[in-house]
Amino acid sequence: MTRFLVRRLVVTVPVVLGVATLVFTLVHLIPGDPAQVMLGEAAAEEDVAELRARLGLDRPLLEQYGVFLSGVVGGDLGVSLRTGEPVVDTIVDRLPATLELTVAAMFVAVGVAIPLGIFAAVRRGTLADFGATTLALAGVSIPNFWLGPLLAIVFAVELGWLPVSGRGTLAHLVLPAVTLGTGLAAILARMTRAALIEELRKPYVQAARARGASRTRVVLRHVLPNSLIPIVTLVGLQCGVVLSGAVVTETIFAWPGIGRLLIQSIGFRDYPMVQGCVLLIALIYVGVNLVVDLTYGLLDPRIRYT
Amino acid sequence: MARFGAAVVLIAVTAAIVGPWLVPFDPTTQELSLRLTGPSALHWFGLDELGRDIFSRVLSGARTSLLVALVVVVVSSTFGVLVGSIAGYCGGWIDEGVGRLIDILLAFPGLLLTIALVAALGPSLANIVFALSLIGWVSYAKLVRAETLRARELEFVEAARALGATTSRILLRHVIPTTLPAVIVQATLGMGGVILAEASLSFLGLGVQPPTPSWGTMLNDGRGHLLDAPHLTIFPGVAIAVLVLGFNFLGDGLRDVLDPATRQQL
Repeated sequence: MTRFLVRRLVVTVPVVLGVATLVFTLVHLIPGDPAQVMLGEAAAEEDVAELRARLGLDRPLLEQYGVFLSGVVGGDLGVSLRTGEPVVDTIVDRLPATLELTVAAMFVAVGVAIPLGIFAAVRRGTLADFGATTLALAGVSIPNFWLGPLLAIVFAVELGWLPVSGRGTLAHLVLPAVTLGTGLAAILARMTRAALIEELRKPYVQAARARGASRTRVVLRHVLPNSLIPIVTLVGLQCGVVLSGAVVTETIFAWPGIGRLLIQSIGFRDYPMVQGCVLLIALIYVGVNLVVDLTYGLLDPRIRYT
Repeated sequence: MARFGAAVVLIAVTAAIVGPWLVPFDPTTQELSLRLTGPSALHWFGLDELGRDIFSRVLSGARTSLLVALVVVVVSSTFGVLVGSIAGYCGGWIDEGVGRLIDILLAFPGLLLTIALVAALGPSLANIVFALSLIGWVSYAKLVRAETLRARELEFVEAARALGATTSRILLRHVIPTTLPAVIVQATLGMGGVILAEASLSFLGLGVQPPTPSWGTMLNDGRGHLLDAPHLTIFPGVAIAVLVLGFNFLGDGLRDVLDPATRQQL
């Protein structure tokens, strides 16, 4: 297991380096003088020159790259142009809210998708299966920036059951988590159904049934655990989609996380903050993918030795 | 379901092409005295906060969404097919380099990288197309690389090699055509994905800029009137959901036809 872990970590290093390089490049993609763009057309020349020097944009590109990378390693991503606060401090303040929302959305998705996928798989070809798969496909197609406001109208405004925006209690979490989790639930339900159907065809299922095991026991004790690898893979891969979706969901529900910070920072042309948010979300995504890969080793010991 | 998807897509494409000439109102013409009026016989989907006809704007928005999706899918699939097939067929350092680049780009959640790129380049229709294409090619390249690894061992490809065919000829005449069914399925499903991405960016104010009608922008404009004029939000939202659902049904149907192995599963 140690060799597997080390090998996987080594493969991650160039990916992390590439992610950091791409984030560094972002500022240099800004058309014209980035410092001028950040301060606006009306800014005085000396203010632009001061910002250019402060951000190190007047130094050779390679030197800027070296400074950026050492900053990333040392946890220094510069200061916000808007607030003057260190970027890392602001992001660390906002991180718990985004993680809370993402984890809650994942729970919603897994909690809905796995039972729905099992239900559709064991009733394959029936009207119930058709209904479940159509529901799943509809879930993929509904934009979360439309679903969110509709849920808010029904459950917050009309019924008054839940708060419409903000963060604080568990009740505040429900609408954003459902909004964010619906897309993933739909994709996951389809994958669960497909994985279970594949597994249900295998001879050990018939063998277990022949030994008198009930259908429920066969599905829950044998088929579902053996179907977990594609499901875990998908949950990991979709983590990035959920984190991206959090940008939209946080904007809809005024959720004070990194996604909302990113959009606000884009509005203020606070590019150090934009870089920090993008880098952090991407690194979380890389980290989750690493954990998913390591989980394979636990779910299926054969993978450790390949 | 595939037929339903095909019908939805066909109707949407037809409406996007001929619709703006058939509707009696210009999508940018304002009737401020009638602002926020609900659906009526004259204005089927009602009017928005500037008194513009929502039905006309939904049709024009379809044109924007479909155009963006078509350009992004054509550019990214063409580039992805070329890169993926060359990497898969040639192997060695080319494959290694492409593989690393794919790993790095896949390390970013797609929408996040698009948002970051558009934030740097500035919000515009051209920049959305550029950003979505820059990320979109990766999934095609990954798919085609895997298909090429399989195809290059096929007998007719070996035969072409033995007959002295050049690499470009083998790729263009023999390898790439075998990958096309999978690419067509991916492209169909990708159309829905691009429509959603474009609408998300426009919703966040990073996409199509006013007064050009866009479903995402219309939804964003409607947020402030959820209670007093929900029709501002309902119609563009339904349009996005139905069209994306149509592409998803069509993509699933095509997969059943072009890749029968998955027919019984998904």
